Amino acid sequence: MAITTMVGARIHRREDPRLVRGHGRYADDFLRPHTAYMAVVRSPHAHARVRSIDVAEAARAPGVVAVLLAADFKKVLSGTMPVAPAFVPEKKQAPDRFPIADGEVCFQGEPVAVVIGESRYQAADAADLVQVDWEPLPVVMDILQAIEPSSPTAHAGATDNIGWDLTFSPDAEAAFAEADVVVKERILQQRLAPTPMEPRGVLAEWHDADQAMTVWMSSQNPHFIRLFIGGAMGIPENRFRVVSPDVGGGFGSKISPYPEDYLVPAASRLLGRPVKWIETRTENLQNATHGRGQVFDVEIAGNRDGKLLGLKITQYLDLGAYVGTFGAFQACACLLPGAYVWKQVASRTIGVLTNKVPTDPYRGAGRPEATHLVERMVDLFAQEIGRDPADVRRTNFITEFPHSSPFGLVYDSGNYHGSLTKALEIAGYESFRREQEEARQRGRYLGVGISTWIEICGFGPSAGTAPATGGLALTESAHVRVFPTGSVNVFVGTHSHGQGHDTTFAQIVADELGVPYDSVEIRHGDTAEGPAFGYGTYGSRSLAVGGMAVLKASHKVRDKATKIAAHLFEAAEEDVAFDQGHFYVKGSPENRKAFGEVAFAAYGAGLPESIELGLEAVAYFDPPNFVWPFGAHVCMVEVDPETGGVRLLKYVAVDDCGNVINPMIVEGQIHGGVVQGIAQALFEEVVYADDGTLRTGTLLDYSVPTASEIPTMTLDRTVTPSPTNELGVKGIGEAGTIAASGAVINAICDALAPFGIKHVDMPASPDRLWKQIQEAKA
Amino acid sequence: MKHKVTVTLNGRQREDEVEPRLLLVHYIRDVAGLTGTHVGCDTSQCGACTVHLDGRAIKSCTMFAVQADGREVRTIEDMAAANGTLHPIQQAFWDEHGLQCGYCTPGFIMAAAYLLEQNPTPTEDEIRKGLEGNLCRCTGYVNIVKAVQAASRTMSGAAQAADPSAATVAGE
Repeated sequence: MAITTMVGARIHRREDPRLVRGHGRYADDFLRPHTAYMAVVRSPHAHARVRSIDVAEAARAPGVVAVLLAADFKKVLSGTMPVAPAFVPEKKQAPDRFPIADGEVCFQGEPVAVVIGESRYQAADAADLVQVDWEPLPVVMDILQAIEPSSPTAHAGATDNIGWDLTFSPDAEAAFAEADVVVKERILQQRLAPTPMEPRGVLAEWHDADQAMTVWMSSQNPHFIRLFIGGAMGIPENRFRVVSPDVGGGFGSKISPYPEDYLVPAASRLLGRPVKWIETRTENLQNATHGRGQVFDVEIAGNRDGKLLGLKITQYLDLGAYVGTFGAFQACACLLPGAYVWKQVASRTIGVLTNKVPTDPYRGAGRPEATHLVERMVDLFAQEIGRDPADVRRTNFITEFPHSSPFGLVYDSGNYHGSLTKALEIAGYESFRREQEEARQRGRYLGVGISTWIEICGFGPSAGTAPATGGLALTESAHVRVFPTGSVNVFVGTHSHGQGHDTTFAQIVADELGVPYDSVEIRHGDTAEGPAFGYGTYGSRSLAVGGMAVLKASHKVRDKATKIAAHLFEAAEEDVAFDQGHFYVKGSPENRKAFGEVAFAAYGAGLPESIELGLEAVAYFDPPNFVWPFGAHVCMVEVDPETGGVRLLKYVAVDDCGNVINPMIVEGQIHGGVVQGIAQALFEEVVYADDGTLRTGTLLDYSVPTASEIPTMTLDRTVTPSPTNELGVKGIGEAGTIAASGAVINAICDALAPFGIKHVDMPASPDRLWKQIQEAKA
Repeated sequence: MKHKVTVTLNGRQREDEVEPRLLLVHYIRDVAGLTGTHVGCDTSQCGACTVHLDGRAIKSCTMFAVQADGREVRTIEDMAAANGTLHPIQQAFWDEHGLQCGYCTPGFIMAAAYLLEQNPTPTEDEIRKGLEGNLCRCTGYVNIVKAVQAASRTMSGAAQAADPSAATVAGE
């Protein structure tokens, strides 16, 4: 079957042929002549004062070019690292952070010195020879202890550890007053390490003759990096280039600028030669931002007929030692109402400073936490009133769209009944309930969990996001350039690090311009190309915002091509039709001109004065609203009460991200997302000792699941186009992660209900479950 | 003090002077300039650095270059045919969307190649167990497993076609 429309087709990714051959271009694959290597001397203490640093022995070591301290860097770096004010106006304190500590370190791993060597081995050797005289200070690791007035402070001299304390909507009393039933629970969200398979890495080259900087690095967000680092170094954006072509995964951990992102370019400028730093895995687990790290106190109120009325939440959020650049996006109140109608929702978020690496967005960033807790609470409520959790969901689903949430946000479209019905059908919910009953008779504990997730994504809109990012709205840009012989370059401000934009965006352009898919080349990740600013990829925004910028720029190009075609046909513009790559005058489709012929004419002689030469366009898309994907995940498990082990029997995901450009890529995003959610539910946890030492500093201790721990899964979808954008699309990158932990934990709680166990925290490891079962039996 | 090593790398013999502590993966990447082999963990968990040493899949971050002296090393760059045709496993990863960011992919392909050599028609469970030494953070392994299944079909189909006795059976 000939494919006449690329959009919606399962096109194999054009990124892949070079990646499967080993021809990717990741940060460590770039080489510059005369490069020196940087190793970082880090604090072994979670909190300490630096009395002195002795670099003499390190400086004498073989191959050492320089040992640099904070004072050296202050010659070329000014200001402090950025903290987005986000939607946290009542910011109590965001401690200043210079990329390298000067006097006090506040988490294990914080840099105090760097060694530059001729080789990476020599730099690492010499880093061990730097002698630091430490004065350990009291540490604060637990967020609930940290908010006590008697607690030590994460920063010496601070009055307390409160980063922020914000009440979004204070009142749910009326809803609680009229409720038959109130259920309370404390729900934990353990710290997670995003763990992209490629650690971070930076190579910087200062071009003294041009007073210009080029940085090759592993980033989801090259334009923001250019803005921040160029700003700190006093180098204008037109002479600061960030290149980040292939990135081996990000998951949110490569959005914000890191200390090394400043230190490597600064060292290159100080030394006048290229400098490279490649993160080790231990450095990554210790210093790359973590996600989650929260405690929620939640109360849910409703009536015995199943009607939900009110929700009250207090979120205690572990900020770590500094407020992450986009850390406030984890203050997840806006998604707490979930898929349900409420009378009132009250929410308070308290950001707490501790002596740990800062938290920042990790796949989902606030939305998995919100979804997990609302889905858990709905189950607890259902159990309390003795109703089936699927029924309680159906009773309370939002059914009319657009829907205004208690936080004033407008859900654009949805069909929550549709996805739940489909997911339960595929999973065989009714028959599983019977099977579960029979199994219980035989002393086996099966459980089923539902997660009817929703998501807010597609950041912009500018009005909503500019205040949250310090003035730069999260819109998106694209530049479509048509060459005289008809081939097309598209430069995008988003960044692809596994999402397959080169394929998806080319599908959109091929359809819009009617040119062969193979003639469209997508380029991202180089700030020297394309529009003046790009906004990067995170928050499931690339298609709904960036894809729309691509479409909009393509529209502009097509409109201009139509004008040129009208001139060539000597016809009025409104009489010219465009269909599948050809222009013709309405009524005479046999006399047609291909898009390529018109492109050639765009660069030729004889165009009228009203038509400027050339065929290219830049567009910025500012979405009128967020987009709101949704879906229903169903997980079935068996828990072995003798061992506490969980076996995943079945996982069904029915998701709705509006119109789908490439179903294969969408499914891949869901697979990976679900597994990260399952990993949170069952396996992963960042663990610190009480003294602030990281215990999960290698992949031996931090348990990213392998193929044998993961079940296969069944996917399906419903399609409810978004009215927010012309493509009708929503986001899908984070959906799986948002949905999955709730489904898995609800299933485990369902399995353990006969023991009287109502709630289980994550990770639901065998030892945690075994202990809970023993306690329940006692 | 540097040591001389002679390594047959992707079919070509080369001699180099290397520090005794130079890791094989750094020899492959930094000395030989083959950057398709990646480093993801430093502790042998992730498998991004998987290559073949005398035909066996090994993790090149856990061996010194001097240990490869006199031996044959094969990396991802040698998997496609000289005319550019992808190896059936590479093709299957492409066809089945078995990669996203692509960083773990060369290691998975090298591990899968060894797995299929040991067991040309593995069950799903055998594939999952056989790839336990490699981590992927993007795909949830779903399409990696499908890719190895597809490669197994292609490769064992090709083997049968090349085997006259199998062809006779098929013809009957």
